[in-house]
Amino acid sequence: MKRKGWAFYVQVCGLLAFYAFTLAVNGWFLWRIQKLRDLGDNWMAGAVIGCLVGPLFILFSAVLTFLFYTVAVKEKKAGVTEPVPISKTESALIAPILNPPGKGFLLFVGILVSVSLWALFAWSQQVFRGLQVTGLGNPVFWGFYITNFVFFIGISHAGTLISAILRIANAEWRRPITRSAEVITVMVLFFGAANILLDLGRPDRMLNVFLYGRYESPLLWDVCSITAYLTASSIYLYIPLIPDIAILRDHVQGWRRDFYELLSLGWTGAPEEVRILEKCIAIMAIVVIPVAISVHTVVSYVFSMTVQPMWHSTIFGPYFVVGAIFSGIAALIIAMAVLRKAYGLQEYLRPIHFQYLGTLLLVMSCLWLYFTFCEYITVWYGHEPDHMLIFFSKLSGRYSFHFWTMALTCFVFPFLVLASRLGKTVGGTVAASAFVCVGMWLERFLIVVPTLVRPRLPYTVGSYSPSWVEISLFAGCLAAFALLYTVFTRLFPIVSIWEVREGKEHAEEEVSERIRTYFPAS
Amino acid sequence: MEESRRKGQHRWGMVVDLDKCTGCGACVVACSVENNQMLGSPEEAAMGRVIRWLKILPKTEVEGSHVRQNLIPMPCQQCENPPCIKVCPVYATFKNEEGIVGQVYSRCIGCRYCLNACPYTCKFFNWKKPLWPDEMRSSFNPSVSVRPNGVVEKCLFCHHRLQRAKEEAVAQGRNLQEGDYQPACAEVCPAKAIVFGDLNDSESDVSRLCKDPRAFHLLEELGTEPKVTYLREGV
Repeated sequence: MKRKGWAFYVQVCGLLAFYAFTLAVNGWFLWRIQKLRDLGDNWMAGAVIGCLVGPLFILFSAVLTFLFYTVAVKEKKAGVTEPVPISKTESALIAPILNPPGKGFLLFVGILVSVSLWALFAWSQQVFRGLQVTGLGNPVFWGFYITNFVFFIGISHAGTLISAILRIANAEWRRPITRSAEVITVMVLFFGAANILLDLGRPDRMLNVFLYGRYESPLLWDVCSITAYLTASSIYLYIPLIPDIAILRDHVQGWRRDFYELLSLGWTGAPEEVRILEKCIAIMAIVVIPVAISVHTVVSYVFSMTVQPMWHSTIFGPYFVVGAIFSGIAALIIAMAVLRKAYGLQEYLRPIHFQYLGTLLLVMSCLWLYFTFCEYITVWYGHEPDHMLIFFSKLSGRYSFHFWTMALTCFVFPFLVLASRLGKTVGGTVAASAFVCVGMWLERFLIVVPTLVRPRLPYTVGSYSPSWVEISLFAGCLAAFALLYTVFTRLFPIVSIWEVREGKEHAEEEVSERIRTYFPAS
Repeated sequence: MEESRRKGQHRWGMVVDLDKCTGCGACVVACSVENNQMLGSPEEAAMGRVIRWLKILPKTEVEGSHVRQNLIPMPCQQCENPPCIKVCPVYATFKNEEGIVGQVYSRCIGCRYCLNACPYTCKFFNWKKPLWPDEMRSSFNPSVSVRPNGVVEKCLFCHHRLQRAKEEAVAQGRNLQEGDYQPACAEVCPAKAIVFGDLNDSESDVSRLCKDPRAFHLLEELGTEPKVTYLREGV
């Protein structure tokens, strides 16, 4: 047995805490279902969701246990090697972590902190004075907060989903970009969930959702699905991080060494460990895909389960998922471009990565157009009066500016840029992505607000324009997200060192071997 | 079918005769006083933040050059199949055994999903802590609780009157009869356009009027089965 230091016992506590969480999730379902049965209410919906979500957490616990046992507990038979020294190119990856921050960086962080603090002030206004500080009213009960909720949850599909699909597809070019994608997912999910809390009239009662949850409500589906997604993507971010944490552990001193020691689980880099780690990553990559798809599907169900015109649509599930991946890729491209510039990662985040992601973005842009077309042509051809009021308010009425800006920024501009020679350049893909982010936010806004402005009854028209509080909180969410992301890049390498190393050493062989198996032997 | 349809159980319903309705608005006033609704300011009205459980819905009908303004008094439609209750994440809104759709103010988290799910836009949200002038504060209806900031509220068919009528009936040792209980709007209507009663009692006025050829429901096509029936005007 290895000598077990203090870190080992803290790690065990962490694992036990995760077991407790798993137990709490499963116990909560059992308790609520039992309670609903006693009350004679509908418990079937809870049973269905519980059967889907509960075992998922047990699986997560199993994966973590398996990994922990192999890395931290089990005695390695052989192959424990000395840490590989950092090469000259690789030192660019850990430079942001080892070097003290520069002036420009501090200024950037300062701006982000001030915007976040301003948003905190705006939020305090809302807490003390109620939702009257927003621009909402009867009949527009939802506005910016719900739009941002859908938008942020959409962005969260950047990471985990794209990285998981590329991993499963064995796309070797994914290696330098998966980490930056996964971090977006985890960080932005917090702000998606936070926007729901901002929207509540009584955030002090949010625990009622757990105490008295009604499983037939799509909001409960959101709670379950987002919790599962946040957990899954955090694990999926953490597992591939372990070897890199071990590299850092060997290069720093003082309290930071303890910090990395704790998180590295005592990783030594033995072949056995690598094998199990890759197995765990593969399991999580598969599990995370249906979870991610479920998240945006149930977010769309919040709207489509009502009978309101232009919400009550079967296409909303896949339409939202496509839009989510679309805006996710765009956010990823922008984040990569910023990292590349800020930390000088040109060697790692190369134009080819932007070109490939740009191609994916182009595909999603076409898919988005297809879904939008399907959605609108069905409404127009059916020509139901209630639906047409909203249809025309978007195409030619009050929201026509938003609508046509969306059409330009979600399809026309990105398509023209990405299909041309510009699509092969970093600048071109970043410009297209910026358009897409704006367009996809407008798309979410156009889903939430116009339907509410023209309710079936009364025959009057509502109106909505956001107040300074809502705008400040949106800016604050963006700033706080950027801040968290920046802090992450200062603590962990944003490009996976070991995966790139592995790619350089083995991928060529593996790929040529793989290609050989595609064709007849001679 | 459901509990509320069972024999011996009351199922409260309302009929509004649009031919008799003069659009005077007495029902709106009676409702808001009876149920301690906020007074509201012109600014709040412009933002759509004044709460009136019963409102008069203007509906303009145009046939050729003939324009006609209809006024429809509109409380909560008290659906048999309410779209609002299914979506509530915390069981803060529910349909009771007598068919009245209720709201639990102390549990509501203020997510406003039920408001968005209601095709009639008949539920209301407290955008701030409600304020009243002192004169009004001293004359609250003690039977109706005042709602806090950030929760949803709605017409309950003056449920507190039903409670009182039930208690009185018990005290007198008899069953609850139809005339024992009238909501404020029905009681005050000078034209007797609002009729209220038990839909399970086939002899009652509401049951009889529901079978009238002029009877219709708002947004009948959605299958919400409202228990507020309207009688068409001028046929």
